[in-house]
Amino acid sequence: MAAVTSLQAASLNNDEILRYSRHVIMPEVGIEGQLKLKRARVLCVGAGGLGSPLTLYLAAAGVGTLGIVDFDVVDFTNLQRQVIHGTSDVGRKKLDSAEDTLREINPNVEIRKFETRLTSANALEIFREFDIIADGTDNFPTRYLVNDACVLSGKPNVYGSIFRFEGQASVFAAKDGPCYRCLYPEPPPPGMVPSCAEGGVLGILPGLIGVIQATETIKLILGSGEPLIGRLLMVDALGMRFRELKLRKNLDCPVCGANPTVKKLIDYNQFCGIRGEEAAAPTSMTDISVEELKQRLDRGDNLFVLDVREPHEYQICNLGGHLIPLNDLPKRVSELDPSKEIVVHCKMGGRSAKAADFLRQSGFTRVHNLAGGITAWAERIDPKVPKY
Amino acid sequence: MKVLIPTALRQYTDKQSTLDVPPGSVAEVLGQVTTRYPELRKMLFSDDGKLRKFVNVYVNDEDIRYLHDENTQVKPEDTLSIVPSVAGGCGLTRRATWRVRSRSS
Repeated sequence: MAAVTSLQAASLNNDEILRYSRHVIMPEVGIEGQLKLKRARVLCVGAGGLGSPLTLYLAAAGVGTLGIVDFDVVDFTNLQRQVIHGTSDVGRKKLDSAEDTLREINPNVEIRKFETRLTSANALEIFREFDIIADGTDNFPTRYLVNDACVLSGKPNVYGSIFRFEGQASVFAAKDGPCYRCLYPEPPPPGMVPSCAEGGVLGILPGLIGVIQATETIKLILGSGEPLIGRLLMVDALGMRFRELKLRKNLDCPVCGANPTVKKLIDYNQFCGIRGEEAAAPTSMTDISVEELKQRLDRGDNLFVLDVREPHEYQICNLGGHLIPLNDLPKRVSELDPSKEIVVHCKMGGRSAKAADFLRQSGFTRVHNLAGGITAWAERIDPKVPKY
Repeated sequence: MKVLIPTALRQYTDKQSTLDVPPGSVAEVLGQVTTRYPELRKMLFSDDGKLRKFVNVYVNDEDIRYLHDENTQVKPEDTLSIVPSVAGGCGLTRRATWRVRSRSS
């Protein structure tokens, strides 16, 4: 904390005392606690669903330095849950949009923007300037990277994760408690666990979980209360049930165990079985573009369009295809004629790629995956089709 | 006894969130569940029959890795929770393209 030992950080002025009066009148916080908050430096990885409530409340509470790592741009699908951004921010960098909102809430906060993807090359350097790391990411490679970088640098990792109506939160405190790898030594293979973009998420859920992360961050700074160390809080918003599971430090943990094998940051894309983004979506021989599909349909080619999305997605928009959700495909495959040429599509092309693989394994020889799915169709062929 | 199915796996259990299963060892309980819902087996177990490393199983609030693994006995009043890892934070996912590797454990 040597960087912020100026006179200003050592005391509160009258405006600050007024602003934080509901804090300072509580003995658990007081002037001393408020000064701890002012001197604290918290890094939030991601300015999305979890990062929004997290940074909003930390800024309002008077955390002195807030770092944000993000390289994304606000889009319309973010607004349902990423409450730090507004409608007029669509198209702006999330960092800039977040900064404006946070400054409006509390101009005393120093906001440090890192417009980059967090990588093994930059993580430790970025973390060096902060005391606590809050993980608001949405993918496994970054989760493992944040965890390992926290363990290696001895900094607590305030963790939150969400899917549909369910969330998890915990504090992985490098020295005193288990880490994320103690909980899950390895990530699932890509595609095995659906993402929020595929599975959806209730807009308020990141609000609930992000506020829990903010609460834990503030408790760590104040050094009061019982932190969520060694406990995994499970939140079920539909049942409105909060459960707690015990987490233990795994002595064989490869990063925080007695004999660690991970002593520096590794290639997390490789660890999680993911190829680089550039190489991630090659158009394979059996893919078909939306332009080619349009051309062939217009020409009157006898193509069977198979839609492997869910019925509620079909209601949003469709190409008039035959609907069999991906999970039902094995038991409904008899509805399909192997002699026909089949074009499989979904929303973005991920599920349809799996469906096409499955059909080929089942003996279908003329199967194409529609690259980019109905979203590409909406973007490049028919703007009347809604994107979702 | 009750088995709690997380949201991410309910697509394999006819959308059921709670299953009632006769008590026994964790292995027996999971065996009954996956016999009833074979699609769930592939998610929980690798090809060599081991529980996948991104799936944790708890009896009440305790991780079975710190009890007797799959030999842990589950009583009628106990609750068994299946807790797979979840990546979501919901910001950037649309940009990340996930591809399926060949089935590995």
